[in-house]
Amino acid sequence: MRLTDEKLELAVGRTLQTGVLLAAAVVLIGGVLFLIHSPAGPRAEYSQFHGVARHLRTPHGIWHGILHGDAESIIQFGLLLLIATPVVRVMLAGVGFLMERDQLYFWVSSIVLAVLLYSLWHIR
Amino acid sequence: MNTTEFSGLLFLGSLLAGLLGALTGLGGGVVIVPLLTLVFGVDIRYAIGASLVSVIATSSGAAAAYVREGFSNIRIGMFLEIATTLGAVFGAYLTTRVPTAAIGVIFGLVLLYSAIASYKGKHTQEGSLETSKLAGLLRLRGSYPHDGRDEEYVAQRVPAGFGLMFTAGTLSGLLGIGSGAVKVLAMDQAMGLPFKVSTTTSNFMIGVTAAASAGIYLSRGYISPELAMPVMLGVLAGSLTGAKILVHANVKTLRTVFALVIVVMGIEMIINSLTGRI
Repeated sequence: MRLTDEKLELAVGRTLQTGVLLAAAVVLIGGVLFLIHSPAGPRAEYSQFHGVARHLRTPHGIWHGILHGDAESIIQFGLLLLIATPVVRVMLAGVGFLMERDQLYFWVSSIVLAVLLYSLWHIR
Repeated sequence: MNTTEFSGLLFLGSLLAGLLGALTGLGGGVVIVPLLTLVFGVDIRYAIGASLVSVIATSSGAAAAYVREGFSNIRIGMFLEIATTLGAVFGAYLTTRVPTAAIGVIFGLVLLYSAIASYKGKHTQEGSLETSKLAGLLRLRGSYPHDGRDEEYVAQRVPAGFGLMFTAGTLSGLLGIGSGAVKVLAMDQAMGLPFKVSTTTSNFMIGVTAAASAGIYLSRGYISPELAMPVMLGVLAGSLTGAKILVHANVKTLRTVFALVIVVMGIEMIINSLTGRI
């Protein structure tokens, strides 16, 4: 059982690494575009909290922004990919437990997944 | 300072944080918030958002490396993630309601604890095989390579460990950190798992825990793309580089220096919060 566990984990680990590198690449592309188009003059202030623009808080708004070539939306999309990697991790682990016929830990993974999806439900 | 210079400085600061965090094993995420608030004058809520994102990047980015070592325990990790994710959701709600000065003080205390915990010499070396009803039912046991053979261990004091993990998750959601120090405390001290198993399992739990507050942070506008971009790329590059050179470096002096930096930052966070500057 231990060996399958390790193989499964390694596959999951590699998937995660790929996901993170992909997310980082998207963030980098968005970042370069953002800096090219950033206005000259002093930087923006972040000492007062207003919360970021509404369209950067939902997948729908972010997608809309990307279609309009908005650099900040591209960065935010990369961050969404990043946030998705641990969620994928839990899903893959759940599938792995199912394949090992480990029902108990399939349900444990499902509970963790439910909590994650509850949190992500806020950005619908 | 224009936007490009500001982003460049944020990137360099985060790179250094990620590098030192990986080299010393203290984690880079814990210094991102003090760096942004104390050095760059960023509101603590934006700082927490950028930090959380970088925590996910380092945890997921290093996942494959930890598994290869053969120490992490996926079942114990997954079971305890129920506690950390619930705690993280609770912590993220708290963050939107608690005054920023209180967050600053708690942050300072956690920094002080992290620095001190890294010096506690007494760790679990050999796991116990005594099996409680709960540990048996949940199969919270495993084995790890030690001195050329497989050493068995069974989780002790499961409810206490689970409770501490909820606290670790709450701190993670409240402060935007991985709270690896508290996770290790739960597994190493409370559950009596071998130290190596505790640290590696903690490392892969950090990303899942952080993801549980990310949705709430994003919906509240805490995650600023302009700030998160240089911070996430910097911490990720720094920690991946740090993990590569870890084997060759003598980290003892570095560890002491970094622990002192963390202590100073912790004290400054507390003072600034009490005097109304955070």
